[in-house]
Amino acid sequence: MNFDFSPVLQGWPDLMHGALVTVEITASSLLLGCVLGLLVGLGRLDRSKRWRYGICTTYVTFIRGTPLLVQLFLLFFGLPQFDILLPAFVCGVLGLGIYSGAYVSEIVRGAIQSIDRGQMEAARSLGMSSAKAMRTIILPQAIVRMIPPLGNEFIALIKNSALVSLLTIADLMHEGQKIISVSYRSLEVYLAIALVYLVLTSITSLALQYAEKRLRAGGAI
Amino acid sequence: MSQALPPMIDIRQLSKSFSGQRILHDIDLQVQASQVIVIIGPSGSGKSTLLRCCNGLEVAEQGNVRIAGQDLLSNGKMIDEAALNDLRTQVGMVFQSFNLFPHLSVLENVTVGPRKIRHMPRDQADLLARQLLAKVGLAAKADAMPSTLSGGQKQRVAIARALAMQPKVMLFDEPTSALDPELVGEVLQVMKTLANEGMTMIVVTHEMGFAREVADVVVVMDQGRIVETGRPQQIFVNPTQERTRSFLQAILTRNSSTASTDAG
Repeated sequence: MNFDFSPVLQGWPDLMHGALVTVEITASSLLLGCVLGLLVGLGRLDRSKRWRYGICTTYVTFIRGTPLLVQLFLLFFGLPQFDILLPAFVCGVLGLGIYSGAYVSEIVRGAIQSIDRGQMEAARSLGMSSAKAMRTIILPQAIVRMIPPLGNEFIALIKNSALVSLLTIADLMHEGQKIISVSYRSLEVYLAIALVYLVLTSITSLALQYAEKRLRAGGAI
Repeated sequence: MSQALPPMIDIRQLSKSFSGQRILHDIDLQVQASQVIVIIGPSGSGKSTLLRCCNGLEVAEQGNVRIAGQDLLSNGKMIDEAALNDLRTQVGMVFQSFNLFPHLSVLENVTVGPRKIRHMPRDQADLLARQLLAKVGLAAKADAMPSTLSGGQKQRVAIARALAMQPKVMLFDEPTSALDPELVGEVLQVMKTLANEGMTMIVVTHEMGFAREVADVVVVMDQGRIVETGRPQQIFVNPTQERTRSFLQAILTRNSSTASTDAG
């Protein structure tokens, strides 16, 4: 058995470029996922609004119940049958964002429901509308409780983003596979890729720990 | 005889059920401006529910509730959301479990209402809040976070928070029940001051000493009905109803066994 990391070193600029694409894709889909997750999470709080609740619940059920790869292929290979041809990058961001949004919505819902009912009652009894009470009283407290599970979700999203390499997107995974296809050094290249993913996830994890510390120091529970 | 002013709180034939069970039966209660009404009664008698019907936290399905001349519940129908929010600014509520906002400082707890609802400028709201905190004896705690306060201090901040909306009516839902015994007095003192200043108040409490001393009218509730209404002297000395007698007996026995001086 021998190791030869020279293909990794030679291909390093390409790998770094791929890593950049991975960061771009995850950051964009993270943003989309958080916005979607917040809206859907709020939509699932009030069962009396039946249509809204029904649509949000169907979304969560479908997205959580089907493989991400199938969802990505539906966007990339399925939509063109309706003459909807989205660029690969857009498909990747949409696919990952919609997927992540379903999980984020459950995090949002759980955190909001964990806030004591008396908080909403106190805010309403001052005369706040439910939307204003949600914005000024409930969400600021709930966000602190969302951070640990959101950290898990963000890290999962970074790792899941490797699947977009199958949509011809030149992300970290895709660049690595190109190097393998000419060097046949699978072990070395995949190890290098794994290491780069580890760096990305570790940075995310540290950033979230920092954010949580800051928010708690700010006095929020 | 001169025409009396309309009552500040006017409750007529109020009934409420919860999952098939009647919680309030045909409640009639009028509270005049500057009156202090104390509601007593065994737990589960509907006291808190009645109180919460006075600011729409509970929705009754029959009857009428008018606050300061405005409808809250009309023939079993609640007013719309916007009108309800507006009416609530005139009705302060103090909860058993304080419900201070833990992510806001003491000062911000008091200013959040005026600033977010009345759109009062920050410096004006801060000034108002500092005056109210001084009134409840907590001027020095303005910058503290709620988690650092004792229960009695928390409840006094909660009273200041409610007062910041300059309400016409204050509702107290067992304001001292969650407090350690030695902290009850400081909260009752603030409530007495408020009463002396002419605030219209409905207080649900087990503090019989407070009821005797401060109440204009004591209302006794049991099983969702008003059993007896009268001046404190009458209720405590000459109750006409057997249920009032047995309730007071139970309370007084308990209080004397814990050496509380409240029951006198």
